[in-house]
Parts: sequence; structure tokens; C-alpha cells
Amino acid sequence: MAFSLLKYGLRKDYPFAHKPDLPIAGELKSHYDVVIIGGGGHGVAIAYYLAKYHGITNVAVLEKGYLGGGNTARNTAVIRSNYLTSEGVRFYKASVNLFERLSNEFDFNIMYSQRGQLTLAHTDATVRAFRQRAEVNRHFGGRTELIDPPAIRELVPGLNMHPGHLPVLKGLWHRDGATARHDAVAWGYARGATQRGAELHQLTEVTDVLVDKGRAIGVDTNRGRVKCGCIVQAVAGHSSLLAAKAGFRMPIITYPLQAMVTQPVKPFLDPLVSSSALHCYVQQTSRGEIVFGGGSDPYPLYNSRSTLELKESLIASAVEMFPFMAKLRLMRQWAGITDMTADYSPIMGLSPVENYYLDAGWGTWGFKATPICGQTMAELVASGGKVPELIAPFAMDRFDSFRQVNEMGATAASH
Amino acid sequence: MKMMPCPLNGLRNISEFVYGGEVTDMPDHTTCSDREWAEYVFYTDNQIQVVTEWWLHAPSSYWFIAERHTGSDEILRTYDPSERFTERVDFEQTEDNTTTGGGSGS
Ligand SMILES: Cc1cc2nc3c(=O)[nH]c(=O)nc-3n(C[C@H](O)[C@H](O)[C@H](O)COP(=O)(O)OP(=O)(O)OC[C@H]3O[C@@H](n4cnc5c(N)ncnc54)[C@H](O)[C@@H]3O)c2cc1C
Repeated sequence: MAFSLLKYGLRKDYPFAHKPDLPIAGELKSHYDVVIIGGGGHGVAIAYYLAKYHGITNVAVLEKGYLGGGNTARNTAVIRSNYLTSEGVRFYKASVNLFERLSNEFDFNIMYSQRGQLTLAHTDATVRAFRQRAEVNRHFGGRTELIDPPAIRELVPGLNMHPGHLPVLKGLWHRDGATARHDAVAWGYARGATQRGAELHQLTEVTDVLVDKGRAIGVDTNRGRVKCGCIVQAVAGHSSLLAAKAGFRMPIITYPLQAMVTQPVKPFLDPLVSSSALHCYVQQTSRGEIVFGGGSDPYPLYNSRSTLELKESLIASAVEMFPFMAKLRLMRQWAGITDMTADYSPIMGLSPVENYYLDAGWGTWGFKATPICGQTMAELVASGGKVPELIAPFAMDRFDSFRQVNEMGATAASH
Repeated sequence: MKMMPCPLNGLRNISEFVYGGEVTDMPDHTTCSDREWAEYVFYTDNQIQVVTEWWLHAPSSYWFIAERHTGSDEILRTYDPSERFTERVDFEQTEDNTTTGGGSGS
């Protein structure tokens, strides 16, 4: 036994005989069928479905930093479909369905945990809005209902029923609400995409977009020029910067969003809980840490610094909801820069430049959409620009004809 | 806390202020196309650069203009709107329905 262990330890391929999960990409090729800008969850999910469903593998994902190091790494991983509009609910419900079977599909545990999500209503107006959201969600096959204070107390025993002196009138109880390990989602998609032949090039920044007679034909990077058949931009907070390189403006403003996490404590909170009036959401991770966050910063900025005033107000709201949290210590706090649209819905599909596709405007709510974005954007690319019906309402030109898909009320408090 | 140099009230905590969007020229809404109006209302440059913005000091209801860098968050200059808007902007429609005041800023 001891001898075989020693022998194993001295083997050349110790500790692993098998290939690494993510092959190290070599030199950039001079041409790819598809270039995906941005190696967040969305970028690698698009590469994954292109390979899996469409057999398109001459694909490069170009990431200026490291895999999933943007907002994918910073988000608080609320997964839900209880939005307001039928366009929105239909879309996010499709994503939740994909999330439910993602661990099996990857053969890799993304720690998907369907604990349900509870949003608290403190005014009659909010109760009415919640009633509508419950009905729309049920119509599209989601599990959402309005529950009364006694049921809320039972679900969340530690909750202060008068946070910030506001009464808890009702709760929007969304059984499909869930969370997952955000990094694992990016890793699972990246592994699946690269194993099928796509390339992930980290530390590769797109510095310019090459457009010829209105068509995208390639990109310049810090590692040289790459020609391609088409381009997908999936760069979240950097959307307007990339679009400017391609020569157009977007209806997007970039704002920081901050969040933080406490030291771990014993399990006390199963569902994800948010308050519509305090603009605060709280959840306990499977490691016991309490993650909480709230609304965006009050003005636009491309900077992931944190501010004391926002942290203070978030902490105040979280302590109002769960008073015992006052005794806890913060472990980490951070921010990400988010690409906000005026209607809190994404911008997906075609752009003013031919062969240049958009996956943007994900603001503070795009993690939950990672699977369905990957699937629909892959379909768009593979079909040469035929917009899938599910994402047609999110076309950028909806703003030109004032056909916004307003999800502000269903997004601002819980992402 | 971050401070904002208000042209009227001096240095104050940033939490006393409300961001009011970029200073842009308003097209004539009676004659411009839907696309031009959408450009004005929704589309932005949103680059990392110095921008000129409207800010409100909420306690005193005072609107002013600030030049701020969207990468470093440095506030380079603040000033009273009268520096930029030298004539009155009239938003009322005139009788012949053709002219309205637009942003007359440079
Ligand atoms: C604090 C916080 C909390 C959030 N909470 C939630 C939540 O609970 N639920 C939810 O659904 N969503 C949430 N979000 C939103 C969510 O994180 C994003 O919408 C989502 O992760 C976007 O994924 P992405 O892959 O498009 O972007 P990212 O993960 O940001 O990936 C984009 C990548 O593009 C790269 N890039 C940029 N420019 C270039 C370039 N020129 N060349 C090459 N690469 C480039 C970046 O380095 C980055 O890695 C939250 C966001 C934040 C910041």
C-alpha cells in the first residue's frame, strides 16, 4: 500500500493522468468562423451551444482578463423567472428550465439549489403588482403565488416583520427561485465548448473591430489581427465601448453594482429573501455565508470601487430585515460594472453592422439568463442572422419605435 | 464620503446630490424623426471619458453642471447653468406649431 502510494506520487503524470479540463489555447489563428468577444458566462455558453447543437467549432472566445472574471464572478446568483411582462417571463422561464438540468448536462456540479425566492410587499400598490406577476408567471408554467404573513413567518423565522417600520403585507413566493455556483456555470460551459473544439483565449483584448462596407470582418487584439465570418459581442459592462469600436451607439448606461458577504454562520435561511421597499436582498450560501446586495450606484461610472455610503445603507437594510446580522462581520465586499438599459430588459440580436451580433444590456440581472442566452444567440449565429422568436422583443431597435419591455419594477430590488 | 463642489453651496457630501443625466442638445420634437428622438432619449456615448452632466443639490433644489471623468470619478469642474445657457429655453409650443425651444447650449 505505502509502496504503491509512493510509486503513484512519483509518476510523471501525477496527480492527474487525464487531460486538463480546460485545454490551454495556443496561438490565435488568422481566421475563425465565429469570434465571440467576452469570456464571461454568456460568451462561453454561446460557444458551447454553437458546438453542441450546430456543429460550429471553428470558434474563438476572446477574453481580455480571465474566464468568468467579469460580472459572472461578481454576481449574487439569484435565478428566477417571476418577471412582469409576458416577453420577459417566457424568456427567463426557459432559462430556469435549462438551469435545472445543467449539472447533469455538464456532468459537473454547478450546485444548483432551488430554495425558492420570496419578495416582500410593504404597500398595497406593491401587493397589486405582485398579484399580476404571480398570474403572468403561472401562465407561463412558473410556480409563483402570493402568501400571507403567517406563511412568511413560517418560511423565514428570523425575519423582522416590520423592517424599517414597514409592515410586511404579503410575499411573492416563487418556488422556482434558485441559486447556483456562478463560477461553475462559466467553467462548465467553457469545458464543454473547448472539449468540442472551440478555443478560449484569455488575456486577449479586442482593441478594434474591423468593419468593411457595413460588414464585420474581423478584430484587432493585443495579440494580433483575427479575421472572421461573424462576431458576437458579450461584454456586459463594456458593451458601449465595444459598440463604439464597431461604429454605433447603444441605449445603455454603465453603472456600478455593489454586493457583500458575511462570515459563515449556521444554516438559518433557506429561501432567497428580498424587500421591495428597502431595495435589499439576502440569501445564505451553502457554505453558510450571507450574501446581500441592493440597488445600483446612484450615478454612472466605469469603476468597480466600492463606496462606504452604499455599503452602509445596504447593511442598514439587511439588519432591518434580519436584526441578528448586526453581530456578524463582513468577509468580502465588491462591485461590478453593469450595462443598464432604460427598461431593464436586455439587448439581444442584430446590430447596425452586418454579421455583428449583440448580447448586451444585461445590467444587474443577466446571470440567470446565461443558458438561454447561449442557446438563442447560438441559434441566431448559426442561422446567419435569423432572430429566434424568444429574443425578438429584445431587439435594440425597440427603443427607436418606443416598444420597451418594462421590467424595472420586477428587477430593481432583487436582480 | 465623496464630496461634490456645489457652485451654490460649496463642498457637500455626494449623497445630497441627484444625478440628472448628460447635458445634450434636445432636437425639435415637433419636426424630428422618431429615430432622432430615440437617439436623444435613450442612446448614449457611455464611454470612459470626461462628461458634462446635470446634477441637482436636492436640499436646495439647485441644478448645476458638472464635468466628471467616468473612469476615475474625478469631478473636474462644476458651474452654474447660466454659463452655458445664455437665453431662456422655452418648452411651450408656439401657435404655428413649428418652433419650440431646444437646448440652446453649445
Ligand atoms: C454585484 C452584482 C450582482 C449581480 N447579481 C445578479 C443576480 O443575482 N442574478 C442575475 O441574474 N444577475 C446578477 N448580476 C448581473 C450578472 O452578473 C451579469 O448580467 C452577467 O454575469 C453578465 O454575464 P456576461 O457573460 O455577459 O458578462 P461578464 O461576466 O461581465 O463577461 C464579459 C467579459 O467580457 C470581457 N471583455 C470586456 N471587454 C473586452 C474586450 N475589449 N476584449 C475582450 N474581452 C473583453 C470582460 O473581461 C468580461 O470577462 C449581478 C451583477 C453584479 C455586478
